[in-house]
Amino acid sequence: MSRSRPYIRPVETLWWARSPYLAYTLREATGVAVLGYALVLLAGVVCLATGERAYDVWLDFLKSPWSLSLHVLFLIGMIAHTWTWFRILPKTMPRLVIGGRILPQIRITAGGVAVAAASFILIVFVAVWTQP
Amino acid sequence: MKRSIAPVFWLPFGAGGMLAALIGPALVLLTGLAAPTGIGLTNNFMSFARAMAFAQHPLGKLILFIVIVLFIWHGAERIYLTLRDMHAGAKFSLMWICYGTAGVLTLITIGALATIGS
Amino acid sequence: MPPDPAAGAATREIVIEVLRYRSETDLKPLLQAFRVPFTDDMSVLQGLQYIKDHLDGSLSFRWSCRMAICGSCGMMIGAQPKLACMTFLRDYYPGPLTVEPLAHFPIERDLVVTVGGFVKKIESIYPYLIPKTQRSLDEGEYLQTPLQLARYETFSDCINCMLCYAACPQFGENPDFIGPGAMALLQRYNGDSRDGAQAMRMDLVHTDNGAWSCTAVGNCSEVCPKQVDPANAVNQNKTKSALDFFLRFLGRPLYWEHTASDGDKP
Repeated sequence: MSRSRPYIRPVETLWWARSPYLAYTLREATGVAVLGYALVLLAGVVCLATGERAYDVWLDFLKSPWSLSLHVLFLIGMIAHTWTWFRILPKTMPRLVIGGRILPQIRITAGGVAVAAASFILIVFVAVWTQP
Repeated sequence: MKRSIAPVFWLPFGAGGMLAALIGPALVLLTGLAAPTGIGLTNNFMSFARAMAFAQHPLGKLILFIVIVLFIWHGAERIYLTLRDMHAGAKFSLMWICYGTAGVLTLITIGALATIGS
Repeated sequence: MPPDPAAGAATREIVIEVLRYRSETDLKPLLQAFRVPFTDDMSVLQGLQYIKDHLDGSLSFRWSCRMAICGSCGMMIGAQPKLACMTFLRDYYPGPLTVEPLAHFPIERDLVVTVGGFVKKIESIYPYLIPKTQRSLDEGEYLQTPLQLARYETFSDCINCMLCYAACPQFGENPDFIGPGAMALLQRYNGDSRDGAQAMRMDLVHTDNGAWSCTAVGNCSEVCPKQVDPANAVNQNKTKSALDFFLRFLGRPLYWEHTASDGDKP
């Protein structure tokens, strides 16, 4: 009987950049938009705590083309985050029973996206309504 | 059997992700695009006086704290896992860098909000 | 069996490149090309059988039912984890079609991979019903409503083909990860209303090699030939494990199984 000498293939270090994993890596990259926006907010809070002149610097930064371009990227990232979040959310839940039937996962995604859209509209409405 | 400590970071990741999914796009649009350009919102939507009034109110402080801190921990977890996928470093080094940074940023947030007072 | 022109479709030829490895003569695996005549109804498995029957009798590969129920013929076909018996040569014409052993497993010989590790993982999750309360024979069977069955039924469809392990990059990085297939089987039992051993199985879930090696890539559910949805099995257990991490001190473990809505006793 021949001796067994199994061959172990090395893991490709760039697997995350290749199909079908690139979509997953891009999904995870939306976390950068979430963090990035939080850092902008944090900078604003720190400037606010420092004083009016510092806060004005932050407001001026927000008006700059750099910041506007950055926020366009953040917006794209946030929307991508929302979409991919509700696509994956049903996987983290046990099979739900609604009205005597197992609820299809796509319904959970659709429901989540609907709530997110409603929330978006509500927040924008409240902001426009309470503006000075 | 040894439990993983991953849940400590996974729950804030989940909470931050849910929050970002629900309010993230609106916040970015309003604070980052509408208010600075004056399109859709008046230019002094985030004026010093209004921002101070918001941040001095306990509810405003709470909202700022929750949004900033949860978004940071959500991003930190995703970045940590992605860096690990990319073989950017040893697991423990990456954990310290990502979660450590998030921790420092959390402390800064608390400090700044406390400084604003009421 | 050689393709039969009388079967209706014209016979064409496809090039199949198979990754060969024989430990007694080879230092590392190498691709070997074969010209295989085929008809449109032939599967990749039949292509391999043609090679073995007519071109190179030393080619080794696992197969059995040739109808996608035994789980034996899992391999990388065109760099994707698939069952050879339900993948068709016509879709890869003219080739070359690359056929390699299932990714992330050690190669035993040619297309045969070492499965011992996977079997041990299956065995480790207590893959049998451990009733909450024992019934005597005169009390009759452990009854279950169709709704109680529906909660875990897809997880019981697993044919142990291991395509999900080949698809999972985190298993590729960490071979000690219990993996999607074992987690699906674990959830098959934890989600069964007749079972009472959730705590024992959750002890495996809570570890770094349990649910926490998973980063929700989701590719496992994409490649599963039986729509088992192992990604759901792993990730719902992340939620349970995370809640349990913080709430276990409240006394009763929070495992989300068998909610009162459909009743435990039919």
